[in-house]
This record gives sequence, structure tokens and C-alpha cells, in this order.
Amino acid sequence: MNLRALRHVLFAAALSLLALFFGFVQLRVRASASSQTDQESAEKSLRAFREVASVLTSPRCLNCHVPDDGPLQGDDHHPHPMNVKRGPDGKGSAALHCFACHQSENAKTLHGPPGAADWQLPPPKTPMAWKGLSTGELCRTLKDPAKNGNRSPQDLIVHMDTSLVRWAWNPGPGRALPPLPHDQFVSRLKEWIDTGAACPN
Amino acid sequence: METTRLSVNGKAIELEIDPTTPVLWVLRDQLGLTGTKFGCGLALCGACTVHVDGNAVRSCVMPVRAVAGKHVTTVEGLSRDRSHPVQRAWLQVQVPQCGYCQPGQMMSAAALLAVNTNPSDADIDEAMAGNLCRCGTYARVRRAIHLASEIARGQR
Repeated sequence: MNLRALRHVLFAAALSLLALFFGFVQLRVRASASSQTDQESAEKSLRAFREVASVLTSPRCLNCHVPDDGPLQGDDHHPHPMNVKRGPDGKGSAALHCFACHQSENAKTLHGPPGAADWQLPPPKTPMAWKGLSTGELCRTLKDPAKNGNRSPQDLIVHMDTSLVRWAWNPGPGRALPPLPHDQFVSRLKEWIDTGAACPN
Repeated sequence: METTRLSVNGKAIELEIDPTTPVLWVLRDQLGLTGTKFGCGLALCGACTVHVDGNAVRSCVMPVRAVAGKHVTTVEGLSRDRSHPVQRAWLQVQVPQCGYCQPGQMMSAAALLAVNTNPSDADIDEAMAGNLCRCGTYARVRRAIHLASEIARGQR
């Protein structure tokens, strides 16, 4: 090989090495950007869930999402009088069903029973008990079909729009509202789901 | 005012009435069925208990529009001749003292026995927890429900 040919070979090799180097750098940059996007998405998801959790842990939700056999009442979570029980389907027991007192709307009389269609507790098979859980535990419970009534993320959004859940924003006098308006709550729930439904540790 | 149709103790009824009127006042003031009592007016005491399609409900907070097209049974409608097992047991055990809460107690007892023919003490306590008695007849109520259960099952 003459000197000229050798110079050509060396030049081509140098170009190839350069191309390899820039390709590698580009891959690293892309991977880093993707990792950054994932992290941002997870952080956004966690922020959204914290807002969702602030509603789920409000008295209007927690009083029925209880681990025990009967519901609670009021902003101080006191036991429901009359020894009311969850019953076989979450709708109370024989002769003392929820609908015996709770109508499809709030009673007009002060201190009368609140009401909404399908007034009930979660059923005993999947009690969806949230009371006493950390934010992370609440998040994982909400996502777990075995614990959330076999609901998909889309089903959760539908549940949050039922008349019973919406009642929390029209609870009648003497009962605190959840900390977010309903539309904002549903919006944060959707955002949490769309960003990967991340859960705090 | 609206036209509301319902059945009370097996009889078809048609009323021109404010649809938000509590069923209790329809029964007592419009239909003269005064067996059902006003106690608290807030669904807290059980004195106003009647059956709607067989289920015990508190008539003091139930608007009449909620029972349109449904079957309402009051204590007067348990039987025509006091032959309902709950009525027979109540008489035999002599449950009442002042008696004011007893129509509600009997209607809750009848609703319980309709779905549980042989209730335990715990079943009775759970089902009857919403019916208050200021005379404290709870022990006799429980005894009468056991007796009514035996009567209904043909053991008495």
C-alpha cells in the first residue's frame, strides 16, 4: 500500500470513529431526556394523587370507606347511631337498610338524614377501607382491582361521578365539603391516571 | 300539587298532594291510618316505621313521591284479624307498656322475619337497633320476635 492509500484508509477510519462517537452521545442524550421525562411524569402523577387523596381522606368519603362493620358520621367520624351495620351487600341489614332512612336527596328538615341515590357502604367482599391508611397505602389500595371492587382506572373515574359520590359536594348543613371542587378533583384523578398512576412509597 | 297513585294495605289510592309530603302525614291525616306514629320526625326513633314493597322504612322522612306506584303496608295492614305472627306474639308476650313505639317495633319485627325466619338474639338486636322504646321493653320485644318466629314456622 502506498502512502496515499494509507492516508485514505486512516481518514475513513477516523470518520467512522467520529460517527460512532456522535451516535453514542446522541443516544445518551436521548436516554437522559427520556429518563427526565419519566421522572417529571412520575412527579406530576404523585402531585396529582396527593390532591386526590386530600378528597378521599375527607370525612365525606372516609365515613363509609371504613374497615369496621358499620359506618361513621360527622366531621369527627363518630359511630353511626342505631348500631347500623354494613350488611351482606353494603346496603344495611334486615329491617335496617340504608334506604329505610336515607332517601334519594337530603332531608329538608335540619338534622334529618342526608340522602342520595344508592346510599350504601362498600360491600363486605371488597370493603375498600381507606381509614387509617398512609397516602401510599391508599394509592395502592385504590389501584388494586382486588381491593377496589374490580374497577379499572376508567371505572374509578365513573365511580367518582355517581350521585352518591357527588353528594359529598352537597352534604347539607353541618358537614364539611371536600377540600377540592368536584370538577377539580376529577381532573386531578384523570391526571394521576394519565401520568402513570404513580404511588408514594 | 301532583296526582300520586299508590297502594296502602292492599287498597289503591289516588291523591292530589304536594309530592314532598312525608308518607307519615298522608297515612295519618289523609287516610286516617293513625296506627303509625310521629316520634322524632328525623328517622331517628323508628316510631313511624312502615313497609314499602316489604322493606321497613321511616315514613316521617320519606316523601310521598318516593312511594308512587308502590305498596305501602302499615301496622293496620299486617292482617285483617290480628292473625299475623307478630301481632299474636305481641299480644301473648304483652310487649307494650305505654305502647307509643310499638307499631314501629312490630313493623321492623315483621320485616326482619320476612327475610330471616329464625333470627338469633344478635340478628334481632341488629335489626331492631333503630327502634327506640322509652319504656325499655326491649327484652319483651326480643322474646316476642322469637315467639313470632316459632308461630310462623308452625312450632306454636
